[in-house]
Amino acid sequence: MTARIGVVTFPGSLDDRDTQRAIRLAGAEPVALWHKDKDLKQVDAVVLCGGFSYGDYLRAGAIARFSPVMEPLLEQAKAGLPVLGICNGFQILTEAHLLPGTMLRNDHLHFICRDQKLRVENAETAWTTDYTAGQEIHIPLKNNDGQYVADERTLDELEAEGRVAFRYLDFNPNGSQRDIAGVTNAAGNVVGLMPHPEHAVEPLIGTGRTDGLPFFTSILKKLVNA
Amino acid sequence: MSRTPLDTVEHAAATPDVELPWAELGLKKDEYERVVEILGRRPTGAELAMYSVMWSEHCSYKSSKVHLRQFGEKAPQSDAMLVGIGENAGVVDVGQGYAVTFKVESHNHPSYVEPYQGAATGVGGIVRDIIAMGARPVAVVDPLRFGAADHPDTKRVLPGVVAGIGGYGNCLGLPNIGGEVVFDACYQGNPLVNAGAIGVMRHEDIHLAKASGAGNKVILYGARTGGDGIGGASILASETFDDAKPSKRPAVQVGDPFQEKLLIECTLEAFREKLVVGIQDLGAAGLSCATSELASNGSGGMRVTLDDVPLRDSTLSPEEILMSESQERMCAVVEPEKVDRFLEICEKWDVIATVIGEVTDGDRLEIYWHGGKIVDVDPRTVAHEGPVYERPYARPSWQDELQADDAGKLPRPATSEELKDQVLKLVGSPNQASKSWITSQYDHFVQGNTVLAQPEDSGMIRIDEETGLGVAIATDGNGRYAKLDPYHGAQLALAEAYRNVATTGAKPLAVSDCLNFGSPEDPAVMWQFAEAVRGLADACQQLGTPVTGGNVSLYNQTGEAAIHPTPVVAVLGVIDDVARRTPVAFQEEGQLLYLLGDTHEEFGGSAWSQVVHDHLGGLPPKVDLERERLLAEILISASRDGMIDSAHDLSDGGLIQAVVESALLGGKGARLIVPDGLDAFTFLFSESAGRAVVAVPRSEEVRFNDMCGARGLPATRIGVVDGDSLDVQGEFTLSLSELREAHEGTIPALLA
Repeated sequence: MTARIGVVTFPGSLDDRDTQRAIRLAGAEPVALWHKDKDLKQVDAVVLCGGFSYGDYLRAGAIARFSPVMEPLLEQAKAGLPVLGICNGFQILTEAHLLPGTMLRNDHLHFICRDQKLRVENAETAWTTDYTAGQEIHIPLKNNDGQYVADERTLDELEAEGRVAFRYLDFNPNGSQRDIAGVTNAAGNVVGLMPHPEHAVEPLIGTGRTDGLPFFTSILKKLVNA
Repeated sequence: MSRTPLDTVEHAAATPDVELPWAELGLKKDEYERVVEILGRRPTGAELAMYSVMWSEHCSYKSSKVHLRQFGEKAPQSDAMLVGIGENAGVVDVGQGYAVTFKVESHNHPSYVEPYQGAATGVGGIVRDIIAMGARPVAVVDPLRFGAADHPDTKRVLPGVVAGIGGYGNCLGLPNIGGEVVFDACYQGNPLVNAGAIGVMRHEDIHLAKASGAGNKVILYGARTGGDGIGGASILASETFDDAKPSKRPAVQVGDPFQEKLLIECTLEAFREKLVVGIQDLGAAGLSCATSELASNGSGGMRVTLDDVPLRDSTLSPEEILMSESQERMCAVVEPEKVDRFLEICEKWDVIATVIGEVTDGDRLEIYWHGGKIVDVDPRTVAHEGPVYERPYARPSWQDELQADDAGKLPRPATSEELKDQVLKLVGSPNQASKSWITSQYDHFVQGNTVLAQPEDSGMIRIDEETGLGVAIATDGNGRYAKLDPYHGAQLALAEAYRNVATTGAKPLAVSDCLNFGSPEDPAVMWQFAEAVRGLADACQQLGTPVTGGNVSLYNQTGEAAIHPTPVVAVLGVIDDVARRTPVAFQEEGQLLYLLGDTHEEFGGSAWSQVVHDHLGGLPPKVDLERERLLAEILISASRDGMIDSAHDLSDGGLIQAVVESALLGGKGARLIVPDGLDAFTFLFSESAGRAVVAVPRSEEVRFNDMCGARGLPATRIGVVDGDSLDVQGEFTLSLSELREAHEGTIPALLA
């Protein structure tokens, strides 16, 4: 058996088809979800992909967070449904308060696209078990509003609870506090990060690395073994 | 509020003496008289608006048409060509049932006035051309030219242009995979912002811009129509900037990439369900262009009710609605029984769609406003039968003197130390330096099919995940070469793009061009244009790569000073399996470096002559198209058969520039030996065409040499990939870190 993983398309989503491909390459079955859907079609996990939902109007993720599909998603995520937010998806998850903190415009005020080195800080979330803690990986990064910020107490809590899932290494590309590239909720089922693992799943494409594939194999294993 | 009586057709006929502002709208006196002659009466205000925008240089190609015909007349026989010049974009067969459409266009003048929006809407416009052919856009490229890198205005224009291209393209989800950034004082005040796009479709999905079938509905969909970009085509694109005239800011359009993204998805869904008979995007000249071209290309006429156009500003006059260049709008012709489904799809994507008219039996384009008929024209006279000028042209008096000023006579480095200094100076000069500060502001990963992106020789996109079929695109142009000799300069631009595509392992198939020149009213500029077109058409014929479409941008001139003639050429190629692509970066130490082609003492227009001597004179490198073709065949065979692991074409900056780029990208140095018969300076800096450097694994050396020998391509072993420095034996050694600092530090220091 395999797992069915939903990928939500909002107006302005860009990496929905790429994410579906990554899910397929990992051996799972991608299921297209539409932002107006009122149910999640009984998927086993959901990815909120990158892009500019609603043109980033108001604030990145601020409008998408109120889409009909977010209602069942919020409810089920709180009950343990694995959810991964990539880039704009991460922004939507913070807007929806499934993850703490928020993203500001990059400190240098430019869009940045690069092959980014990261350290996996938490290899026990639903999406990271195929990594080892401390593993260094390269994943493409591309964003305009990627500067992760939260108040000091929240940051201290995240650190103390091991909820900083990924940290930028060698170069902080957007001014994120404490070099944070991604975080997880306390239960480890909801993970968000700015870099794009779905763009690092094939040896020939993009940067030519497959460092992003374990996101999708991790969740598949978890779901199939559950 | 009172209004003057509506200027209907009837009213116009009854009031022949009313003076219309034809001059303000950019029409010349004889052109206005021609309109009166065509109509048999004075035009209405709305008709005048339409004729003035459609007969502008930008839309009508009135100065360039007589020359552009050569692209058709000299077009080589090519089985690959599916749709040629004249449609929104050309379409090429790339095999396995796939067709690829691509085109390059200019958005030069708007980008100078308002860099961010000018460049952003340039991307938006070219992408709509691609959608209008029925294709999903898969990549964009941006050839850019700015004034001197250290000029204060460059710091105003360039960051805005780059942010605009990124802001729009990134938000559309299109990888930016190629292009160029060139600095030259001649573009001060006239930056060239060219934008190219590629789209992919199945053969059966090709759509054309034509309205046919009486009773079919004309649907306008996308953004509401506003007051932006009114007269943009006629005023901005077709007139020389002049300090004395008032500000032209209001004529630049404002883009909304989010709206365009919805437009892409919505249009593709309508195509998938076969709901569209004909389609046209609204770009320059807005509704005037879309309605007249659709009607003109189809079999019948068209009736449009302008009151039904959704507006952003209810005070717009009908003339303004017809001229508005509001972005993110398209016009589709749909059979009546499919209209509901079409509107449903638009609603799904939150795209406003309105039936504004229908195709009629007649042959007239009729437009109504408040119940009155304000346009009644033969659409062909608007869209296709505009004025055609045989502009006088003459070889400029200064051309001989320029060519006589031979760059070969410039002082050359006298010592190894001087040679080394000049190498560092060259690779760190703004034109030769790394542009990653710019390209890192563009998304090149999105869609997950990018095989190669800048700074590779060509961008490459996979189009079939199963078979690995892919396409490559390169854009090149060298205004300095073209200034010295426009005929050969244009050929060199083609040769370079052709070579760049082949260097990555793809087979060159077809050409699109963006011809950027000064004022056609100057006979010297017109001569440059005529020569460049003739050169390009001749070369395309010889290389077997037809021109599928393109764009002409004239009046790139401030006062008396025209830009260098700058034909920018895009070559599209196909590769059977992207796994065979050849990258620029050195892959493995120990691999042997071979120089392919012949090196002569050719420095006219070279980067060396510019960087070291600030000189432009003499003749550009010689063109040998048969050699280019042979070189391409070798590069493609070597890629297919796994005989080379990296390759880089030689062009501006010569061999040293290419080797430094390959070394820095691969993080591996090289030892070079100056071959017999060449001095070190010529070896490193000559810009002879028809050359490439390749890295050959030792196990392939014999096979590779045999192939080159058998087919008659000179291949000279010049060194080996090795270490962490660049060592030119007997001359100098430069560490990779020194080179990296010089090559990568320049642009951020100037612009960040």
